[in-house]
Amino acid sequence: MQGKENHVPLFHITKRTDVPWYKVWIIRGIAILLALLACALVCGTATGINPLEVYASIFQGAFGSVRKTWVTLQNTAILLCIALALTPAFKMHFWNIGGEGQVLIGALASAACMIYFGAGLPNWLLILVTALCAIAAGAFWGFIPALFKARFNTNETLFTLMMNYVATQLVAYFVIVWEVPKGSGKVGIINQATEAGWLPQIAGQKYLLNILVVAALTIFIFIYLKYSKHGYEIAVVGESERTAEYIGISVRRVIVRTMLLSGALCGITGFLLVSGTDHTITTTLAAGRGFTGVMVSWLSKFNPLWMILTSLFLVFFDRGASEISTQFALNQSFSDIITGIILFFIIGSEFFVSYRIQFRHKEPAAAEAKGKEDEHV
Amino acid sequence: MENRTAAVSLRNISKSFGPVLANDRVWLDIYRGEILALLGENGSGKTTLMNMLSGIYFPDEGQIFIDGNPVVIRSPKDAYQHGIGMIHQHFKLVDVLTAAENITLGLKEPGRFDLRAVANKVKKIADTFGFDVDPNQRIYDMSVSQKQSVEIIKVLYRGADILILDEPTAVLTPQETDRLFAVLRNMRDEGKAIVIITHKMHEVLELSDRVAILRHGQFIGDMLTKDTNAQEMTNMMVGHAVNLNIARPEPKNPKPRIEVSHLSIKDMEGVTKIDDVSFTANSGEILGIAGISNNGQKELLDAIAGLQKVTNGSISYIEEDGTRTELVGMDPLKIAELGVALSFVPEDRLGMGLVGNMDLSDNMMLRSYRRGHSALTDRKAPRRLAETVVRDLDVSTPSLETPVRKLSGGNIQKVLVGREISTAPTVLLTAYAVRGLDINSSYTIYNLINQQKENGVAVVYVGEDLDVLLELADRILVLCGGRVSGILDGRKTNKREVGLLMTQLGGDGTNAG
Repeated sequence: MQGKENHVPLFHITKRTDVPWYKVWIIRGIAILLALLACALVCGTATGINPLEVYASIFQGAFGSVRKTWVTLQNTAILLCIALALTPAFKMHFWNIGGEGQVLIGALASAACMIYFGAGLPNWLLILVTALCAIAAGAFWGFIPALFKARFNTNETLFTLMMNYVATQLVAYFVIVWEVPKGSGKVGIINQATEAGWLPQIAGQKYLLNILVVAALTIFIFIYLKYSKHGYEIAVVGESERTAEYIGISVRRVIVRTMLLSGALCGITGFLLVSGTDHTITTTLAAGRGFTGVMVSWLSKFNPLWMILTSLFLVFFDRGASEISTQFALNQSFSDIITGIILFFIIGSEFFVSYRIQFRHKEPAAAEAKGKEDEHV
Repeated sequence: MENRTAAVSLRNISKSFGPVLANDRVWLDIYRGEILALLGENGSGKTTLMNMLSGIYFPDEGQIFIDGNPVVIRSPKDAYQHGIGMIHQHFKLVDVLTAAENITLGLKEPGRFDLRAVANKVKKIADTFGFDVDPNQRIYDMSVSQKQSVEIIKVLYRGADILILDEPTAVLTPQETDRLFAVLRNMRDEGKAIVIITHKMHEVLELSDRVAILRHGQFIGDMLTKDTNAQEMTNMMVGHAVNLNIARPEPKNPKPRIEVSHLSIKDMEGVTKIDDVSFTANSGEILGIAGISNNGQKELLDAIAGLQKVTNGSISYIEEDGTRTELVGMDPLKIAELGVALSFVPEDRLGMGLVGNMDLSDNMMLRSYRRGHSALTDRKAPRRLAETVVRDLDVSTPSLETPVRKLSGGNIQKVLVGREISTAPTVLLTAYAVRGLDINSSYTIYNLINQQKENGVAVVYVGEDLDVLLELADRILVLCGGRVSGILDGRKTNKREVGLLMTQLGGDGTNAG
């Protein structure tokens, strides 16, 4: 066995299994440290600004004052709500990227209710009707691609994407119909004088109700996916349609039912945005969060509890971005670069969670593995 | 050990996947002009070892020598350069291309691309070793054995003289197997080194010159085939003495349970898959179904289980008291709701019977999760069932929370069969229940099936190993081209008779009993 060293490649990659949880977090922690280091390097060389000041400023932007903190939490709640809405569909391997459109259509229904029923109904009834209409509208927007998928096996990715444009155009049309004052191209604040259809403020906080609603939804979706019969069916359909058919699950029904839920939750998001906080409607109401929600859901591996952290993380950097753009006269893109670098490192670290790189001279770990019994007997 | 130089020497080869040591300091020599049978139970590390030789995995430790020289094999390309070629269980051929086109695909030969020259060379290889392959025939027109021949020629064409075949006979009829063996012997006589992985003892005895045995990733020993026997090899593989006889108790009080009459099935393209099939499956009896793969076995079982649209004919379920229920047109759920219990072990275990990414308890729930009025699932009962199955069938799993895809083939099959028989069925449909399973697991499954038979279950057993069918089944129905070519008494018939019926329609066709 002479000359063995010359015949082993520099490194090769092996798969890890059963990595202890603390090791996973050490790997992720190292990734975040490296990410901050890389950001500091980019920041220092490209702008000449002290990276620590930039970091401090990002934190200021997100949590610098009570008001800023509330806005950060509100934005987190909305992003989280969309991610929650998309998750059941994703677990079913139904690639719903129509969150944007489903939110907008829910918002449109809310605005319509507030405008047309604002004078005629008592406020509690108006809010109820508005919520139901928004839910129905969102569910309908999810139902159409689901029906085509179930009936004709159309591609749901393209279908839901296209439905986004239809929703945007519908909103654009109604914005002109409802514009106040005429010619402004804006709807303005709906029912500003009467506040009809506005969600009540709890403890004087404008955003608290939204946050509580989303918190409740998070728990609901967590239980629904993990412990309910529906959730089980979703998982089976997602993993293997053939198995689902074999045990008598109607795949079509599960697809339609799940997309109704997915769309309905997006509708609620639209309702929360219009009735809860904005009290107006624009075509950019969802602001790309229908897509960011996809990222949140995936990064959290479809676990609703992880989504809380993930959406907070993304909103934190988004809020920080506006702060550094004003404080250092950097434009918004710089924060995007920082977010990008950090995401790159975090996602990249998952590779090191699953695989180990073995270098030539490193002692193989065979000896320690020998203790455990062969599970493939 | 011997004074000739080994074509391949593996020295101290180790490979681990996480905590699992798949190969533990294996020593193995492969010689030219010799057929080596590599034996071992499921999970003993045969395929891992051969994958390291063919460049799919890289060993953690140890050294490979080719003709005495140390080499590094990092990719299948490296393996080819050292003359090593592996023929996998699943063919990797492009259906719409011809044999010659498939063979030259991906090769960068110097000079002008000349398909005719390729075809000539293919023809020459085929003639030398006795392959039945026309280089200009398209793959979709070929039989399974011809496709396999193309795979072997592909490897030879690339200059391999060390060939590894992973369970090559799993998809072949007895006649095709004989032809393959003749080809392999020709190649051996030409001085090629051949390694064959198989679970079938009689093939090892018939074909190989030497056997090497792995157990739990370790090399146990090798010996000349003529100096050993099936019992000794099995004992070495398992590590203790094993009884190789399959019991066949007499059927007790058999009564018709499933009656299929004039059943015809066409697939989506209108191709006839099942053609006017009639037979009866009795309670307390095992009805074996023999036939070359894709001769209607899958469609037949799917139809009984309600998963396949039927073009014509009827399937009746007959209860103890004689009540008949028509199964054609019912969906699987309704069949279960009516109290008609069909336990179906599908051909493709992970693709259909189980969900690979779910753990054992969740897979147990597939049959039972609808029970109860709560919107939430009951997790306790499936967990208890999983515990029972693991204990009773001796499933080897790290925990009940392990995704089933991480288990070995034998254990996956036990989980599936265990769940299916836990519903106390009256009809048990099984397809290829022991495909790819080692001796020990296979016998566990045979025992389970026999237990069901003694409990009065009507068992329909689609099998591929004729030796087993002849030992296990009370009656054997032979399918050929979707038609019944004969129904034979399992105690009186022999392999030759069944083999012939598999390839041609018998005289008086359906003499159903």
